[in-house]
Amino acid sequence: MIRLLLNHFRLGSLAFWALFFSLTASAQFRVEVSGVGLTQVPISVAPFKGQTASTPKISEIVQADLERSGQFRAVAATHGVLDEVSLPDLSVFRRAGSDALVSGSVSTLADGRIDVRFRLWDVVKGQDLGGQSFAVTATDARLAAHRVADYVYEKLTGDRGAFSTRIAYVTKSGPRYQLWVADSDGENAQSALASPEPIISPAWSPDGNQLAYVSFESRKPVIYVHNVSTGKRRLIANFKGSNSAPAWSPDGKTLAVTLSRDGGSQLFLLSAAGGEPRRLIQSSNIDTEPVFSPDGRNIYFVSDRGGAPQIYKVGVTGQGVERVTFTGTYNISPSISQDGRWMAYISRIGGAFKLHLMDIAGGNVRVLSDTVADESPSFAPNSKLVVYATQVQGHEALMTTTLDGKVKARLTGQNGDIREPNWGPFLN
Amino acid sequence: MRSLFVSIVVSAFLVGCGSTVPLNDVPVSDATAKVVSGADGENGASGVKGGGVAPVDLGQNDLQQGLPSAKRIVYFDFDSFVIRPEFQASIAENAKVILSRPNRKVAVEGHTDETGGREYNLALGQKRAEAVVSALTVLGVPSSQLEAVSFGKEKPAVLGSDEAANSKNRRAEIRYQ
Repeated sequence: MIRLLLNHFRLGSLAFWALFFSLTASAQFRVEVSGVGLTQVPISVAPFKGQTASTPKISEIVQADLERSGQFRAVAATHGVLDEVSLPDLSVFRRAGSDALVSGSVSTLADGRIDVRFRLWDVVKGQDLGGQSFAVTATDARLAAHRVADYVYEKLTGDRGAFSTRIAYVTKSGPRYQLWVADSDGENAQSALASPEPIISPAWSPDGNQLAYVSFESRKPVIYVHNVSTGKRRLIANFKGSNSAPAWSPDGKTLAVTLSRDGGSQLFLLSAAGGEPRRLIQSSNIDTEPVFSPDGRNIYFVSDRGGAPQIYKVGVTGQGVERVTFTGTYNISPSISQDGRWMAYISRIGGAFKLHLMDIAGGNVRVLSDTVADESPSFAPNSKLVVYATQVQGHEALMTTTLDGKVKARLTGQNGDIREPNWGPFLN
Repeated sequence: MRSLFVSIVVSAFLVGCGSTVPLNDVPVSDATAKVVSGADGENGASGVKGGGVAPVDLGQNDLQQGLPSAKRIVYFDFDSFVIRPEFQASIAENAKVILSRPNRKVAVEGHTDETGGREYNLALGQKRAEAVVSALTVLGVPSSQLEAVSFGKEKPAVLGSDEAANSKNRRAEIRYQ
């Protein structure tokens, strides 16, 4: 019976080969791989049975996710229609150079929900590595695809995948500013806020339900906390002067902010419920861009106390200021990875602003980009990718990069100028 | 012919009343615009170029704003928060107007050029705004009437990445509320 089916499917293989080719080509357009010595798992993601123009191309999303992670290389192979229950001829994929295969199906349930099912195969060992099924609303079909990618990523790399997470960013289109919440690939963007005035510095709460940001809607910078699912906004810092740079503590109870209410840009701590701010440190210089370390004990920040902007850290009690960056004369916008190992930041080199990565324990620094106007790095919650803003062909654009800088992808969810990315936490 | 006539009239007006030209409305495409030092008379140089018509918005100069926009803008050198001597006169004029209107609040809005990070530029713009506030305070203006705020690099007066644009964007604007 199985052989019969396979024979039947082989007749259509030419068409599938053509489809595979086009999928791979479009994926390669988005992901830029540079450098040599990359260790990537070669993987084939077969078109999911039943995926049509009316449903998102699940296999395409899964493949793009895996490629963007830098850990995988897509391999096209010729095989008939596969789904999560079919027994594939793994020798086909082995000959094509694949080590793994994802197959699955998409169908619409009677209640209108989309049923996404998949199975992962170890092509080399001929092993079934398991599968899952998700019944989701039509609007969450892309989320299901990201969950498939998460499963594959974790099974094959041992690290948790961060594809089914969300990214906030800001677009500027003429006089209109919009704050968006999008999938981790930048797609499926939903508008959280539209304003005729600038919006900057969005920051996800640790539970992924709220965004803190700076809005200029009242002709000065003030900080709002915005519940993403209800759209309800709370004005959390509107003191005399400028209110900016919100950062959440890991427990979500406190925000570190920059206020100028007593003169100068100074760091304060503020209850997420609002109320009276408490000064973190006092200086006669600029102190801004606070971020908490993942253990909640320290706050990294930018200060020009040494004559030029450098990154420092201080205990949450305000004691023990230590300088963190020592090379260059302009180091700003720190982002600390959740595993506590890495700090991404922007450093100016010869007039160019470039994304840098510091190994926090060793203090070693590497440049991750070859662009010249990088801004606002933010780590994926699994600490394996960084999203950042830059300029590409005269437009503001968002890119992701692996921590070795070798695999970069441009997020293509929006046209026009995209800026101020902030990668949200894992969603359960 | 008619538009040429208009150009001549407008440019004559600009030269004659240089200090009343709202610099933040000067067209972006004006590639030959001089670096504005803020000195009266030089401002007119950014008027009409190559047959185009420079839009002049006199509505900005109403008395509600206390003083014409050219006298409400202070320009800064690169990476500097020091008020250049040529702006002392217009700051003194603003101080006089503010003191004559004790119920009026005034915002001083600091701005930077486009280079560098958004939040750090916000802090730099704040320093510029605070420099102007403290200059006004020295002249006797009560600080309760003044608020220094920053827009960082978010609201450039002029689009562009060259020094001509940057020098017009490194500024603090005094705004009567």
